[in-house]
Amino acid sequence: MSTKNWPLWEVFVRSKNGLEHRHFGSLHAADAEMALENARDVYTRRNEGISIWVVESIDITASNPENNGELFEPAQDKVYRHPTFYDLPDEVKHM
Amino acid sequence: MSEEQIKNLEIQFEARIARDEKIEPKDWMPEKYRKTHLRQMSQHAHSEIIGMLPEGNWITRAPSLRRKVALLAKVQDEAGHGLYLYSACETLGTSRDELYEQLHSGKAKYSSIFNYPTVSWADMGAIGWLVDGAAIINQVPLCNTSYGPYARAMVRVCKEESFHQRQGYEIMIKLANGTDEQKEMAQDALNRWWWPSLMMLGPTDAESIHTAQSMKWKLKRKSNDDLRQQFIDQTVPQAELIGLTIPDSDLKWNEERGSYDFGEIDWDEFWQVVKGHGPCNKERMNARVGAWERGEWVRDAAMAHAEKKQKQKQAV
Repeated sequence: MSTKNWPLWEVFVRSKNGLEHRHFGSLHAADAEMALENARDVYTRRNEGISIWVVESIDITASNPENNGELFEPAQDKVYRHPTFYDLPDEVKHM
Repeated sequence: MSEEQIKNLEIQFEARIARDEKIEPKDWMPEKYRKTHLRQMSQHAHSEIIGMLPEGNWITRAPSLRRKVALLAKVQDEAGHGLYLYSACETLGTSRDELYEQLHSGKAKYSSIFNYPTVSWADMGAIGWLVDGAAIINQVPLCNTSYGPYARAMVRVCKEESFHQRQGYEIMIKLANGTDEQKEMAQDALNRWWWPSLMMLGPTDAESIHTAQSMKWKLKRKSNDDLRQQFIDQTVPQAELIGLTIPDSDLKWNEERGSYDFGEIDWDEFWQVVKGHGPCNKERMNARVGAWERGEWVRDAAMAHAEKKQKQKQAV
């Protein structure tokens, strides 16, 4: 039995310039360098990316779906944040 | 949590699935949902990993460079698919090590088709054509399953898998159009892989204990018998096209049903193989466990190296 297991890493891939890095999945690796190499083999075998980020999963802080109410519901009744909330006469163009 | 609270959560959960909402790792889910998914996803991951062995057997003896690079790429994809699926399992709180332990101890199952031997090069054709063909039929509906990480993994798997089937069928075309001996080899491979491929789609609906619940959770969209019929209906014309004969004397087009009728499947053989008495069960497990054990010092060394580098970095 190994003394210590390889930690889990999350992999983000930019598929082409102009697009953001997107979460692709996760993998195990001993360190960041190996995580990058493994990510290349596991997630970009068919030209899926031109840039890879890896971050140890343990370093990600995630919101808890149980708190979704207090986190996200307040935005629902703030319709005045959207342009359609404001009344303008039909004659106004380009606004 | 009280029983009533759990009951309430369950009702909300089932309603979400009925509305076609996806479930993500941190969402509340019934224990049975978690367990069923873990069982199916890990079984699927194990099948990809063990599935590399029968084909790995032929990489060094592929008849041309073209065939060799294709087979190598296919086996590498299978490793990748296993890894996507293990990652999906880990989102449900089971570690990679536990998953491996379940495989290595024999507690977890993998697809019984991989317990058949690959005795000739034509088997590479038959596996790609039939085994991957049956797998695709099983997997395509899973791209819409309710558990987000599983569905996303399956989208990637399905995208990559279509080349697997085509490269297999291409091997069969070539052999079927070759010398008498080559044609005979292709027919022999079809004879041996046909019935296990049909079994691969799972026990008959009457015998399948998980179907009803899995349908409700969209972990399954079609029953085993429906998937099997679909596989037969699409594969028979492919065999005819290249002049091979499906080894089933009861196979007959049924005009009324718009499907093929087919002969009795030997379910005793299926259960024997599932229970560990197939031709290669022991060989597969020995190969897998052996590779894992022989690789231990490499894993340990990589970890020691990473720790050493980390320490050096901190010392600067």
